[in-house]
Amino acid sequence: MNGIEHLPPWAAVLTAVFLLTGAAVTLIGSLGLLRLGTFYERVHAPTLGTTLGTVFIAAASMVCFSVLESRAVLHEILIVVLGAVTTPIALTVLVGAARFRDTAERAQLGEPVGRALPHAAPGDASAGKAD
Amino acid sequence: MSQLMLTYSLLVAQVLLGLAIGCGALRIFLGPRAQDRVLGFDTLSVNAMLLLLTVGIRTGEALYFEAALAMALFGFVGTVALAKFLLRGEVIE
Repeated sequence: MNGIEHLPPWAAVLTAVFLLTGAAVTLIGSLGLLRLGTFYERVHAPTLGTTLGTVFIAAASMVCFSVLESRAVLHEILIVVLGAVTTPIALTVLVGAARFRDTAERAQLGEPVGRALPHAAPGDASAGKAD
Repeated sequence: MSQLMLTYSLLVAQVLLGLAIGCGALRIFLGPRAQDRVLGFDTLSVNAMLLLLTVGIRTGEALYFEAALAMALFGFVGTVALAKFLLRGEVIE
């Protein structure tokens, strides 16, 4: 049943290309999570990276199992749809919580509450980027 | 030849996804505030789900797909619950 040695060459190459692309895109997104400066910048990188990576790796899985079982195996679409629907919802809720916490902290410190985003003002646009 | 390429690219993809999981874990450890840690947890769970899909391709078993689906669901639920906790101080009001 361990079947990747029974794959025809074109399917093996297609699976390999999809796998490598998906893993590389995911790693780039996660590196962005590690390297970007402020929280509101960091939110962007993993959402884009992991969603595109999920699409590519699910495509690799679909190609591999469809050719192995010689029928259309399409249930990886479930994971793609689930990821595409849930990632924006979860991270929008998270950014809402982060903005609430920042605003409450500013109000406690007696600073003006008007600017909730730390890099919204032009004066400190470069302040958040440490490296 | 192409099978060898697929074997090696599976290995490389697993290493890359492991590095991505390491980035998420590092953000959980470093993260200056709680929302950074939640973001790291979300990334880590999605990356672990992708690693499970890769293992499923490697072994040729369909069992790993269901584990990956459950992991995606629980990662979403966990992230939303943690974000709700950060917002209100309690999860269920």
